[in-house]
This record gives sequence, structure tokens and C-alpha cells, in this order.
Amino acid sequence: MPVLAYRDALRAAMREEMRRDPNVFLMGEEVGFYNGAFKVSRGMLDEFGQKRVIDTPITEAAFTGIGIGAAMVGLRPIIEMMTFNFAILALDQIINNAVKVRSMSGGQLSVPIVIRGPGGSALRLAAQHSQSLESLFCHIPGLKVIAPSHPRDAKGLLKSAIRDDNPVICFEAQALYGTTGEVPEGEYTLPIGKAQVRREGADVTLIGWSKMQLLCMKTAEQLSEEGIDAEVIDPCTLRPLDMETLVNSVRKTHRVVIVEEAWPYAGVSAEIADRIYYNALGFLDAPIERVTGEDVPIPYAKNLEAAALPSAAKITAAVKKVMYS
Amino acid sequence: MMTSNPIPRHLLLRQMILIRRFEERAAEMYALGKIAGFCHLYIGEEAVAVGAISATREEDYIVTSYRDHGHALARGASPNQVMAELFGKATGVSKGKGGSMHLFDVARNFMGGYAIVGGHIPIATGIAFAMKYLEKDAVVLCFFGEGAVPSGAFHESLNLAALWKLPVVYICENNRYGMGTPVERASALYDIGNAARAYDIPFHQVDGMSVTAAYQQMKEVIESVRVYKRPSFVEARTYRYMGHSMSDPAHGHYRTKAEIDEHKKNDPIFQLTQEMIQASEMTPSDLTKMEAEIAGIVQEAVDFAEASPEPALSALTEDVWVE
Repeated sequence: MPVLAYRDALRAAMREEMRRDPNVFLMGEEVGFYNGAFKVSRGMLDEFGQKRVIDTPITEAAFTGIGIGAAMVGLRPIIEMMTFNFAILALDQIINNAVKVRSMSGGQLSVPIVIRGPGGSALRLAAQHSQSLESLFCHIPGLKVIAPSHPRDAKGLLKSAIRDDNPVICFEAQALYGTTGEVPEGEYTLPIGKAQVRREGADVTLIGWSKMQLLCMKTAEQLSEEGIDAEVIDPCTLRPLDMETLVNSVRKTHRVVIVEEAWPYAGVSAEIADRIYYNALGFLDAPIERVTGEDVPIPYAKNLEAAALPSAAKITAAVKKVMYS
Repeated sequence: MMTSNPIPRHLLLRQMILIRRFEERAAEMYALGKIAGFCHLYIGEEAVAVGAISATREEDYIVTSYRDHGHALARGASPNQVMAELFGKATGVSKGKGGSMHLFDVARNFMGGYAIVGGHIPIATGIAFAMKYLEKDAVVLCFFGEGAVPSGAFHESLNLAALWKLPVVYICENNRYGMGTPVERASALYDIGNAARAYDIPFHQVDGMSVTAAYQQMKEVIESVRVYKRPSFVEARTYRYMGHSMSDPAHGHYRTKAEIDEHKKNDPIFQLTQEMIQASEMTPSDLTKMEAEIAGIVQEAVDFAEASPEPALSALTEDVWVE
């Protein structure tokens, strides 16, 4: 199986879908002539031309709204946020328009749009460029939210997102763009709303997405040296959440640690924990532990940034807490 | 003036009277508690929507803000379904999910009323983007009040429409007040045309109290946008007689009753009626007949809305996601 970088897998998804459907286009800052701020769209301008790979000025509200308007009349835009920190400028368009148009028109309209780009920390980018904003989007009924951790999933899920008739938010991560993995050749999609068991284990369930998934796997390997056999689940999609896969794991391990890069208050991990308590309380042998970012804006200083984020040590401590409580 | 297509004055008058009487009944129904929420009436401003929308073709698109009853009716939406929407009934244009501020009639390319000031301007611009992308000849009409002019969404949209040469007509319904704030206290661009000029967009000022002027000028503007494939900007100077919404007084803190009365002398329906009678295009008894017919339509709309069922509770979770 060919090995691709995460960014190349995303590009393969967009390329294949744009070849398949002339109504799919890519729009965002620096996606064309600059080949993408993170080179996700490298070469796409050459293949598809300026009509379909569209550079925008720095106007997130307008180009997101333009994508929404275009989607309302039959196009299938992919809107690239240079980073999701900038999507805050487009929140009115996403929350009030992309999501609401269907409901408030009584189902007359749909908005098949994908809004994608990186989120999360990426080595000392400081407070305004390091945020993990998944929970903001997961809160909104009518939005699907995917957060792939591996190149294979990035490609398969993004292709499904582009074909989906709902607005879909695709959280990538700057720190993942250069990571590599096996990607099947040829045409495939992966279903939105399906979690994956990345590592089978018997003692404890670790749940993490995006780059926290990689941290969970790394920690699981370390734990195995101490004789703790962790099962690692990747939700892949944060909304709708695949509770079946999560509950099946809890029934097996009876102990859960959820790892989330974002802040603890009203985080996605809180929602997942609540749903596990509700659906599988009887199977739990210990209270669920959440390992999250610290409840502060991400600082610039190297030591402080590291201290603000989840780490293998923090996950290990949480695992031991659920194991021995 | 030579014109191959004479102005359809009867039609324009009829639509304006329909909107006026519809809105008057909506105010009554609001007072009776049949209509709730925010309800923004279009009384006084009818000439703008009627003039502009009558100048469109079927394939053109309309996007507007929350003061949208007049635009929906001018586009041909059924008065029954619009009134039912205001009542929150299942038979409403938006199945009772939208209400006064969110009328949608997609079959007529009426793409909605939106209630975040300025927030719909990018959407209208996006529909225009799609027309260019799909190589269609349709033009998008984007209505907003002068209260949206200082917003970021407005400026970002004008910039992109001009940069990308999109077929959209921005129509600023300048009724002088954003809720209770007069334009001179809200916009450094007191001459709103400067906003259009700043983005190299052709600017036109229209007498928003004259439906024939609005119709004629809009026809030219829309057709020139269709031919030259670039945006245009129209400021229609108009005036609302009522409060910002049904929850607000018509006058008081921010304007006097005398000011409203002064503007009523230019009432668009009165003006056109006088012109048509003087030109012998209509007799007073024709007008009486037209009024009676419209009164019947509005009564039927109220009866229809009243008799219609509320949405089934199962509708609560419908149309949130595309399954």
C-alpha cells in the first residue's frame, strides 16, 4: 500500500472529488498561487485552474458566506481556513447561515459545504494560533464534525464530507500534516460517524482524536511495558458520535480515559464522558478521567506551552488513577 | 421617453396595495397575539421591493433581511402561506419553522429573509458567485437596510463582488433609521454611494417612494448587470412609517410624529394612484374595486392561517440534518 503524508492524502481526496464532480471547488487564503499555507493544495491550481481553486483576500466571513450561498444553489464548496483560529471570524456565517438555512426554510434548502483546515497547537504559536475549537462547532445541531488522525482516514473522511449534503467541519492539525501512513490505492470513502479501534486492549480504554490519537497510541505502548494493556479508540467523527464502538470498548475494559487537546470546560471529552455514563454506567469500575489542555490561553514560552497541553505523563497518571481507584 | 416595455403601473399599484393591506392586517394579528416574536413591517417602503422585484426575471434570485414580507409577496409568494408562516402554522412558506423574519420560497428563487444585520450579504454574493461559476445569466438582488452599511460583512462582500465581477445588485433600503439610530449617527459614509464608489461599483440613487422610478431604474440596472457581469449598487431612499418592529413605538425617542407625517405626503401608493387617475389609466371606482379584491385576498390569508394546523410535534426534529 502506498505511504502518503497526511497533507497529501487530503489533497488526493480533494483532487479525486473535483475530478468526479465539476461543482466541487476549493476556496481560501493562499490555496492557489501560493500552493496552500501548509501545502495541502499544492499543484491544484495547475490542475484545475483559477475557476476552481480560488484565492481569497483575508475575509473569512465573506468567503465562507459566499461558499454557503453557492452551496444553496447547487455547488459543493470546500472552504479552507488557513487555521481554525480564523474561522472565528466566520462563525456568524457558519452558525447562523450554513446551519440554519435548512431548518428555517422548512427543508427547502441544503448547504453541502466543507469547511476544513488545521486546529490545535503546533510548537509555540502562542494564544491566538494554538486553539482547539472543536467543541464550539460540535455544540451546533446541523453540523457534522470530523477530526481524522491518520492519512487513510483523512482521505476517506474528507471524500465523504465533500459528498455529504450537510455542512461538515473537518479539523486537521498542523502537527499532523507531515505525518505519514498507508493509504489504499484507488477509490474509497470512510463513513462519517464511525469510530475505529486502533489498538485492542483489555485493561483501560483510551479515547483521543486528531493528534491526541497519536499521543494515546504512544502512551499505550509505554503502558504495555508496565503491563497495562490499553485499548485505544479513535472517534474519527466528533458529531455524530459512534457510541456503539465506545460502549463496546467500555464493556470490555470497564475503565476510560478521554484525551482532548482543548480546554476542559464544556469540552467534547465532557460530552463523551456524559454519554458513556448514561449508556454504560453499569460497566464502569472507576470514574472516567479526562486529560485535557489546561484551562488557560496557550502561552508562548516553551516550558509553559508544554505544561498547558496533554502529555504521555498526564495520560499515564490518569490511567493509573482509573486502574487503581 | 420612449420605452419598448411600458411600465406595468396597474400591477405595481396592485402589489403595493396588497403589501400595505397585508401588513396592516399583520399588525392587527400581532396585537391579537396571533403573530409573535419579532415582526418588522414594510409599510411605507413598498415601492422599493415592488419596483425592484417587478423588474427581475423568473431566473433571478432575491435575498433579503428580516423585513421581508413585502419582498416575498412582491416575488409572488402566496399571501396565504406567508400569513400562515407569521402565525407559525404548518402550511407556512417555511412550514412554520422560520416565522416573520425567515420567509423562504425557493421555488420562486426567493432565498430567504435573514435576521443578523449584514449577515446575508455574503450569501447573496455567493449565489452570484455560483451564477458566474455555472455560467448562468441570472442576477441576484440583495436587499438590506442602511443599518448594515457599517458592518464588516457588507464591506467584505462588496470587495469580493467587485474583484470577482459577480452579477449582484446591492439594494440599500435607506429608511434613515437603524432601529432608533439615525444614519448620520451610525455611518461615517453619510453618502452611502461612497461605499460603492470605494469598491469601484457603479452607484445609482433611486427615489424609494416612487414605484415607477424604482421599477424603471432597477430594470436598467438589473439588465446592465446581466450584460456586463459586474455588481451594481442602488440606494433607495425610503421611509418606514411604523416602529422598527412591532415591539417598538413608531415615534418617540428618535423621531417625531410630525416627521412621519411629512414623509407620508410622499406615500408611494397615494402618489401612483393620483398619477394614474390624472392620466385616466384608472378611475376612483377601479381603485375601489382593486381595494375590495385585495381586502378579500388578505381576509382569505388570515382565514387560511387561522384554520391551518400547527406543525406536528414530529416536525421538531425534521429538516435539521439532510438524512
